Amino acid sequence: MSEPRPVKFRGGGFAPTSIKWIGPVVFIVLIGLLELGTQTGIIAPLTLPKPSDVLATFGELWRSGQLWLHLVPSLTRLLMGAALGVTTGIAIGIAIGLFSHIRAGLVPLVAAIFPIPKIALLPLFVIWFGIDEGSKYALIALGTFTPTVVATYGAVDNVDRSLIRMGQSFGLSWRSIVWKIVLPGAMPGILSGLRISLAIGIILLVAAEMLGAEHGIGAYILQAGSLYDLERLFAGVVILSLLGVTVSAVIGHLERRILRWRS
Amino acid sequence: MDLLVKQVSHRYGDLDVLQNVTLDIPKGKIVCLVGPSGCGKSTLLRLIGGLEQPSSGQIVQIGDPPDACLNPLTYVFQDFALLPWRSVEGNISLVLEDHDIPGHEAQRIIADVLERTKLTDFRAALPKQLSGGMKQRVAIARALAVNPAVLLLDEPLSALDSQTRELLMDDLLALWSRQAFTAVYVTHNLHEAVRLGHVIAVLSRRPGEIKQLVELDIPLGERSPDDPALQLHQQHLWDLMREEAIAADKELVDV
Repeated sequence: MSEPRPVKFRGGGFAPTSIKWIGPVVFIVLIGLLELGTQTGIIAPLTLPKPSDVLATFGELWRSGQLWLHLVPSLTRLLMGAALGVTTGIAIGIAIGLFSHIRAGLVPLVAAIFPIPKIALLPLFVIWFGIDEGSKYALIALGTFTPTVVATYGAVDNVDRSLIRMGQSFGLSWRSIVWKIVLPGAMPGILSGLRISLAIGIILLVAAEMLGAEHGIGAYILQAGSLYDLERLFAGVVILSLLGVTVSAVIGHLERRILRWRS
Repeated sequence: MDLLVKQVSHRYGDLDVLQNVTLDIPKGKIVCLVGPSGCGKSTLLRLIGGLEQPSSGQIVQIGDPPDACLNPLTYVFQDFALLPWRSVEGNISLVLEDHDIPGHEAQRIIADVLERTKLTDFRAALPKQLSGGMKQRVAIARALAVNPAVLLLDEPLSALDSQTRELLMDDLLALWSRQAFTAVYVTHNLHEAVRLGHVIAVLSRRPGEIKQLVELDIPLGERSPDDPALQLHQQHLWDLMREEAIAADKELVDV
């Protein structure tokens, strides 16, 4: 008989926890390495700009007021386009989730629109809605619309049927069942769809601004790119990244507020 | 208000689930439906409350529900069916909101049913914070809030542990003694059936037919868990069901 020994622990892992400091550290280390590389000349100036120069350009943008000149129209376009696309997307998604006829008619249509690179349609939108703001709103709206529809009707399908049956058994009106059971029940799925929709919205915003916009982050990046002004190009890219992080943080905040009942 | 189940048969596709079931549900009595798993007892309950339509036969309502009754046929589900995003109070107010009840009156009803189910202190809690027994109490409170003519209970205690089950059974008995309600109580637990049932309908395996109606004369208030007379009844029910249960069990393996 062998020696008594403690039972080996084998239940670890598979339980992600939130470690807040690692994210910033990755950024700092990466940027630090780039700075070191460009300072010492290991990375040629034409390959990548110095992060410190990008920061200086950014500071210049801030001081001169140019930042707001570009950021305000961009944010307006994103907000208008996404608001339009997301609200119609949620409405159509819920209609697909609730009515078999609408589902049968629209699901193939949405599947057909979804994979089209919306940027390819920009010239068409320019003809339909004009070269200025209209075509940009339309592009962002269509781009955010399809993923929102798909996420929403999937979320409606996943609402616990026993809750709907409960509503019916208590004689709740159709309206009440939709507003008080289906919609809140679908909210987690709708919000996670919103993350994807808005990221696509940002991509399309830049694409739209590269064609026929005087101001806006996209126009700024395009301008910098055609002059091979890498510092300004990267400053623009950083703004887009920050925009993405901000949008994601806002949705995270919304989720924590609206979905407090979960977990 | 009485209910009468008249020669009801039901099938899903070509699967016969219920066959020619006739059952009387008299006012103020608790009718228990017992039977082997898959015998169609929950289906019968859904038919009685109008959540499904029988393939043939009908469910008849005799007399009118009382005036204050907001939802004559009211369910209590096995899985509680509480909205996780609404508090205890919110879950109860959900079923009152469609009825044009003035705010203070709704508040009074909510306070009353919470008091009757001993939930007053949990008014603001979310379902996720409650134990299984508490969740089912909320569901019972919600059902009482609409002042039902007939309560339809679908295995209400089956998702709970045995201690909680005993406690909730006592609560149901206390509620009934305070104000006699009419109920159809579906269960596979014979102990629950003999504790709570005035009439126990034993269903055969699929397609479910009523095999026997057992009437228990002992008043609900006098039934204690270890009453030998009840145990005798429970034994009798088990003798009736045993063969069916074994057969039903084997049937599932073939499916």
